[in-house]
Amino acid sequence: MKSSDPLAKADSTAADAAPAGDKPRSSFLSVRDLHVRFTTLDGIVKAVDGLSFDLERGSTLGIVGESGSGKSVSSLAILGLHNPKKTVIGGEIHFDGVELTKASENEMNKLRGRRIAMIFQDALAALSPFYSVGEQIAETYRRHMGASRKEARQRAIDMLGRVGIPNPERRVDDYPHHFSGGMRQRAMIAIALACNPDLLIADEPTTALDVTVQSQILDLLGDLQSEFGTAIIFITHDLGVIAQTADDVLVMYAGRCVEKGTVREVLRDARHPYSWGLLSSVPDLGGDVDIPLRPVRGTPPSLLSPPPGCPFHPRCDYVARVGDDACKTSRPTLTLADGRGSACHLTADEKAEIFATEVRPLLR
Amino acid sequence: MLRFFVRRFAGMIGILLVISLITFYLFFAASGPDDVVQMSCGRFCTEEAKAGVRHDLGLDKPFFEQYWVYMTGIVMGRDIGDRSCSAPCLGYSFSSREPVTERIQNGFPTTLSLAIGAIVLMILIGVGLGVIAAMKRGTRTDKVLTTVAVVAGAFQIFILGPLLLLIFVYETELMDLPKYYAFTDNPGKWATGLILPWICLMVIHMAMYTRLTRSAMVDALNDDYVRTLRAKGLSKRDIYIKHAFRGALSPVATILGIDIGILMAGTVITEFTFSLNGIGRLAVLAVEDSDLPMMMGVVLVAAAITIIANLLVDVAYAVIDPRVRLY
Ligand SMILES: Nc1ncnc2c1ncn2[C@@H]1O[C@H](COP(=O)(O)OP(=O)(O)OP(=O)(O)O)[C@@H](O)[C@H]1O
Ligand code: SF4
Ligand SMILES: [Mg+2]
Repeated sequence: MKSSDPLAKADSTAADAAPAGDKPRSSFLSVRDLHVRFTTLDGIVKAVDGLSFDLERGSTLGIVGESGSGKSVSSLAILGLHNPKKTVIGGEIHFDGVELTKASENEMNKLRGRRIAMIFQDALAALSPFYSVGEQIAETYRRHMGASRKEARQRAIDMLGRVGIPNPERRVDDYPHHFSGGMRQRAMIAIALACNPDLLIADEPTTALDVTVQSQILDLLGDLQSEFGTAIIFITHDLGVIAQTADDVLVMYAGRCVEKGTVREVLRDARHPYSWGLLSSVPDLGGDVDIPLRPVRGTPPSLLSPPPGCPFHPRCDYVARVGDDACKTSRPTLTLADGRGSACHLTADEKAEIFATEVRPLLR
Repeated sequence: MLRFFVRRFAGMIGILLVISLITFYLFFAASGPDDVVQMSCGRFCTEEAKAGVRHDLGLDKPFFEQYWVYMTGIVMGRDIGDRSCSAPCLGYSFSSREPVTERIQNGFPTTLSLAIGAIVLMILIGVGLGVIAAMKRGTRTDKVLTTVAVVAGAFQIFILGPLLLLIFVYETELMDLPKYYAFTDNPGKWATGLILPWICLMVIHMAMYTRLTRSAMVDALNDDYVRTLRAKGLSKRDIYIKHAFRGALSPVATILGIDIGILMAGTVITEFTFSLNGIGRLAVLAVEDSDLPMMMGVVLVAAAITIIANLLVDVAYAVIDPRVRLY
């Protein structure tokens, strides 16, 4: 298991994994009916409410959804980073044969940073101001790989080089406040990748970056993925980034998955009114300027007392198309066929028709 | 860096000049010179005799000339009457006729030892308890530690000091009366001789450090970067001690800077309570006797110590937090 050559990781993790025969056909990461509830002074916040998805080695799941839809909260649940005193977690998270919601803090600590790593949203706040960037990379490597200080420092330099920081030998001793925003984000990525994780959760890793840097980072993640077979969960607001990186897409709304499918399916043939809203709110700079931008109207629902029925109904344009006021009274379930589906009462034909006639003309 | 020290040194000289001028002035405004002359001259004193004394002590010269003579004496030494007083010359005591520099040199190690020992204990115990309270926050240990620290902090030297003496010296005779031994002669005796006043000062001051360390660490633990550390799988020990504690050090340094001043001021009470002969006692005697050179000497030394200590605290800030630059 202990190996001084990080490149030998692929073999070593195979040995760590549970015997393959135990759980045939189960995914590398399998989230089942995940619930995350926070106890607050105002009441119980249902931040994640029945989320399920699967992710295979070497593939990328894009998660989109507006602010507050529970993307970060779900990621933190996978890493087990919620405060257990204030949080109730329900459902199951299977990672390579381990049930993470039942794992001890000790077991989790061996996975965190080593096999499951996370790139956080706000890199300035997410880095310690008191230690050099190099040390913050090296300490992870020392902890998990049993490396010496010297080896870990060399690893830090290598990683900084790999994420595209010029002069890594010199910058390794710089502190986060010496770095620009984009460099900090790269440093954050270098920390996450220091131990060649099997699962990488990237929470808006490129939001703060300009387009050039952004595409460099995306390329880097792609390279690592093909080299190490890393599974990636890519959280973003940017459907363009999703199109570039993801294999599958999960659209989140109010703590639930409202639509799931491959990138092609969701971006080219979305089946949920909320996804339509997201798609048509993307500005198309190369396209026809006469087509108005259509942001999703209204505001996200309260997670303390979510609306009854479909949580999207106060903002949905198609409530009237569904009979019996079902949108306001009964909650649509996500039914999947071949991993594809949407949680909406509209019939499949209606969805296809509306998409073709009302949504597609707005897209490029 | 060099500019920082040059600037701070210049600032220190400036502050010392102002302080010395004020002390000098207050002495004259409170008509200290007349008292001195009267005392030296005795009860049956003619005006001529008084004038003689006045002249001998240099008190007949104009205010600024006296001040100038005094200040240049510190830098270059001077002759006073038929005695010569070499470089850091602080004059001769009006009452005992001994060189002030010498008396301060005798008292200074006691005061410094008192302060250093108390500070080390205060930080070790006060901060240490704070770290433990933070690591066990919300538990009984946390509550007990926080309460103990607060109760201890409610004591005053003149209550706790005699109490400690009563218990450890007079009743149980476990210890001798506090006494100063030179550290260079016998470090063991130095420590045991001063342990009671150290404990007394430590108990009184530690509450602040315990509470502050605890709350600063708990704050740091809520910072976003700690979440990253946990996501990296670091051990609890690394997260608390290596990271959160580091974040708590700056506020501790701030309080330490303030406490050094308080300790200097409180050394008067401490030395009287424990019958030690440091510069606190010299200060009180000097005021009682209207002994200007003695007063000036003590004030300048105490001010210099406080300023240097605060300089060290500022350097500590920069060492603790790489975002702080010295300039
Ligand atoms: N510790 C907490 N206690 C109470 N509520 C919380 C807590 N953490 C998150 N929430 C709430 O859970 C909801 C989901 O938050 P989350 O951070 O997952 O959103 P997000 O989808 O990542 O949004 P963004 O795109 O802005 O990052 C929000 O309404 C948030 O206020
Ligand atoms: S279920 Fe009704 S309200 Fe919800 S998205 Fe579908 S049409 Fe809109
Ligand atoms: Mg988020």
